[in-house]
Amino acid sequence: MKDTTQGTDLAIEFVGVVKRFGDAVAVDGIDLSIRRGELVTFLGPSGCGKTTSLRLIAGLDLPSAGHLRIAGRDVSRDPASERNVGMVFQSYALFPHVSVLDNVAYGPVIRGVKKAEARAKARGILDQIGLGGLHDRLPAELSGGQQQRVAVARAIAQQPDVILFDEPLSNVDAKLRRKVRSEIRALQQEFGLTAVYVTHDQEEALAVSDRIVVMDKGRIAQVGTPEDLYERPASAFIANFIGDANLIEGRVAAGRFTAAGLDVPLPGADGPASVSIRPERIALDATADGPARVAGATYLGSRMENAVALGGTELLVSRPISEPRLETGQTVALRIDTGGVTRLS
Amino acid sequence: MNAAVAIDRASVGWLGLLIGAVAALPWYAVGAFGESALVLGFADRPWLLPVVGLALALAGLAARTRDWRRHPALLPLVTAAQAIFLLQAFAIGLNGPALPLVGQIFPTAQAGQTGMGAGAFLAGVALLGLLSDGLAARGFCRGERFASACVIVIVALLALFVFFPILKLGAAAFTDENGALAFGPCIERVTVRNLWGLACFTSRLSCGVVINTIQLGLLSATLATALGLALALLVARTDFRFKRVLRALSILPIITPPFVVGVAIIVLFGRSGVLTQFGAELFDVRPGRWVYGLPGILMAQVLAFTPVTFLVLLGTLEAINPTLEEASKTLGARPLRTFSTVTWPLLRPGIAATFLLAFIESLADFGNPIVLGGGYDVLSTRIFFAVVGARYDLGNAATLAMILLALTLIAFRAQTRWLGRANYVTVTGKSDAGLVAPVPPMLKLVAVAVVLPFAAFVVAVYASVLLGGFVTDIGRLDMTPTFDHIRTAFSFELEAEGLRLYGSARDSMMTTLWVSALSAPLTMAIGILTAWLVARQDFAGRRAFEFGTMLSFAIPGTVVGISCVAAFNVPPVDMTGTMIILVISVVFRNMPVGMRAGIAALAQIDRSMEEASQTMGAGGAQTLGRVVLPPIRPAIFTALVYSFVTAMTAVSAVIFLVSARHNMATAHIMGRVENGEYALAIAYSAVLMIVMAICVALIQLVVGKRQLGRRTALTAAAQPAE
Ligand SMILES: Nc1ncnc2c1ncn2[C@@H]1O[C@H](COP(=O)(O)OP(=O)(O)O)[C@@H](O)[C@H]1O
Ligand SMILES: [Mg+2]
Repeated sequence: MKDTTQGTDLAIEFVGVVKRFGDAVAVDGIDLSIRRGELVTFLGPSGCGKTTSLRLIAGLDLPSAGHLRIAGRDVSRDPASERNVGMVFQSYALFPHVSVLDNVAYGPVIRGVKKAEARAKARGILDQIGLGGLHDRLPAELSGGQQQRVAVARAIAQQPDVILFDEPLSNVDAKLRRKVRSEIRALQQEFGLTAVYVTHDQEEALAVSDRIVVMDKGRIAQVGTPEDLYERPASAFIANFIGDANLIEGRVAAGRFTAAGLDVPLPGADGPASVSIRPERIALDATADGPARVAGATYLGSRMENAVALGGTELLVSRPISEPRLETGQTVALRIDTGGVTRLS
Repeated sequence: MNAAVAIDRASVGWLGLLIGAVAALPWYAVGAFGESALVLGFADRPWLLPVVGLALALAGLAARTRDWRRHPALLPLVTAAQAIFLLQAFAIGLNGPALPLVGQIFPTAQAGQTGMGAGAFLAGVALLGLLSDGLAARGFCRGERFASACVIVIVALLALFVFFPILKLGAAAFTDENGALAFGPCIERVTVRNLWGLACFTSRLSCGVVINTIQLGLLSATLATALGLALALLVARTDFRFKRVLRALSILPIITPPFVVGVAIIVLFGRSGVLTQFGAELFDVRPGRWVYGLPGILMAQVLAFTPVTFLVLLGTLEAINPTLEEASKTLGARPLRTFSTVTWPLLRPGIAATFLLAFIESLADFGNPIVLGGGYDVLSTRIFFAVVGARYDLGNAATLAMILLALTLIAFRAQTRWLGRANYVTVTGKSDAGLVAPVPPMLKLVAVAVVLPFAAFVVAVYASVLLGGFVTDIGRLDMTPTFDHIRTAFSFELEAEGLRLYGSARDSMMTTLWVSALSAPLTMAIGILTAWLVARQDFAGRRAFEFGTMLSFAIPGTVVGISCVAAFNVPPVDMTGTMIILVISVVFRNMPVGMRAGIAALAQIDRSMEEASQTMGAGGAQTLGRVVLPPIRPAIFTALVYSFVTAMTAVSAVIFLVSARHNMATAHIMGRVENGEYALAIAYSAVLMIVMAICVALIQLVVGKRQLGRRTALTAAAQPAE
């Protein structure tokens, strides 16, 4: 995963970054480059080190080993206050004792902008973000969604080199999540911000990211565009974590992958192999009398999920709702889209 | 790169201060401008030159390297300068070299050196500043310079004003009359019969002073804990009608000057006391002196400690999750069974911790034993008499202080272990869900039976205090109303220039007000900063830092006082007899008040708010000032007033440090008590109490009632062991 872009184009670089808390290793040797204007998501199960990585960028924790560069400058030993990184906290962390306007003007004021000027600027950003008219309220007088937008406005107002989001949707109503995440994405592009976004929700990650960094136990498992990760997962962990996957052990010989009851073309070296096949890449043909037997069905509204038994293994198959229903026990033939079969390392 | 420029300005500032301090300012306290380390070093004090040289080396480093804060040579240079700075200060004292070897290397050192002056002081400060900057540049405190500076400064202050004196005291325990190192006298002092004698258990003779101290501590802690528990049960678990009165009681020890309870007890129960006379007539017996000694001290201590044990146990009771008790009840358990199987086991760790708290307080108590002791000596009074009066024997006082310190630390260790293990108390923070189980009726009866006499006793004591100041002689039952005592103490005139005080208590009152006013903001500042560091910062050695502060709180006031005498009446830091030493000792005695207030207040501020402020470019100081402190202003104000009030009643440490010029109210009162001028002592105490009550009332006005209740609980429980 070599990055070929030149140094000046890089907003953030992790070089062998390690973070220990006592004996526990939260981040275990990360190498990563993030380009300017890019939205990169850290995705992974709880406790895998996403928040810690984010805090390392902000300077709220310092790495135990390795280096971190922001905008070309080594900031490994710089405190948060001497970096220029905006952060939107999970709890929003608005200052309860000052108005919305002064919350947003805080960054510029701290950095030496005159109060009147800082407020004018804050007003501009609040208007742009759709919060005009709420300037004089206290944070407690706003709805959750409004508070979050104030938090975003506050982070933008300091004109940061990088803006960080730690699970920004976790305190948002389930119904509003889709809307809020596209708002965040739109703002990021509108202001041309480099953003790092943390989530444990793979759908959210797929929806907002330019690139996704999947983390597991403090290490990077895979980096790539949403499509890369979904279509070409590097490991069983990724295949399972992003979307659903059928993981099958078998052998490759002469350009074909064979396993119990299964035989699909797969280029590559001969030998034992495991593959991932996405459920929607398998079609079931009820008219042909195949080797597989339908073992169960789940109606999901937008599609249908069938469990299919094939020579001792059970496959998950996702089918359009428009196709005919299948009876449990019925035998069917499988048609596997060869583009959907990925060999795992 | 605004930030990078700002960095350099701060550390260059420290460097400038360092250069100025060694090159221009007078190095010694007694010295003219220009008698700097540089000048004196080239004259006849070459041992000052290494520090000057290292300062110049640092300047060279700053001039030649761009990012000199991160230069690998910075920290070694700074620490070397600090080491040499301390070494020369301690190696050459007022009367010459501490070790003969030093005298051989520097013959001119025979003349000795006096205490540190502005130059030495500021050079020390500048070196600490550079150290904290250099450490922050290495990632100490997450690179946060202000936090790093706070850690360094507080560690330095604790080291200088708490741990160095203790070490010095320890050293004094191992020296003979001539100041030479010797183990013989120490062993002798430790093994004398009158320390460990057990005669009181088998005969009418008295026991050794250590045995007395432990005996008093155990009895007093047992009684105070039992009473506190009865009170807490009544308030938390019954419909007792006078709950509010009981809660108000908890404020009393804060505004009660030491000695006054002792005096009141003498007035009530002494040979010619009000109640003694009454009882003697009633039962036709001869009035005796029974109250002097263990019974009197015990009464006074129980009265003083019960409000504290009450508050702590009330906190424990209120923290017990009522759903547990409810569950027991729904399972059909009767009240007594619920209490004994659910409530009591949950309470037990709290009770043990409370007992140890009271035990530690009793060990440290000085005011009551000195007034009521009679022939019953305890360690704190014995220490006092070893250095005050005709026989000045610092070695003996130091040995006794070390024994007292050891006892305290054993209890402290047991207490931290108990508190550490107390986590099965179901502390949820929210106990308002569910109904608390009332205590069984029988238990309530017992509690009421215990509490009522206690309440009557408290009323009698405080009534005699308030009355005694304003009648001719309450000690002899002459109840003619008079303002004579107040006049003697506080007579004043209104003149053209304003109010002028004349009375005998004037000087001590003014000093007390000054010391309290100066120490209160310092106490708060240091306390809140320490709380902030412990609760919010992450730095190497934080655990040790926390433990060190806790430990410093546990040291009995008497030991602090005597150790300050041992440490600060000789160079390099000589300041006995000044007001500074009074302020400093009061600040460190009261630091827990500030620290608890800080921790409680910080709990209200979400940590991510601070972090948000930091990511927006605010350093630690700005974040504190703009984000953390404004919302907790009422809490700070409250704690400030309590620091002030607590400072007014400080006694055990300051009693060793007062001087003719700077006397304190408590010491003055003690003088009156020793002379038998009880009425005067009571009058003065009454005035102090009124001043303090006004302060407390002020908080009530400004901050509001609700918070007062909570804050009182905090501050009372956080009172340092006197
Ligand atoms: N301040 C801390 N002290 C000790 N351990 C921590 C601290 N912060 C995080 N950890 C540990 O580091 C690991 C990674 O945590 P985190 O980065 O918060 O995970 P995530 O955000 O991916 O859920 C976890 O095991 C967590 O317990
Ligand atoms: Mg997290």
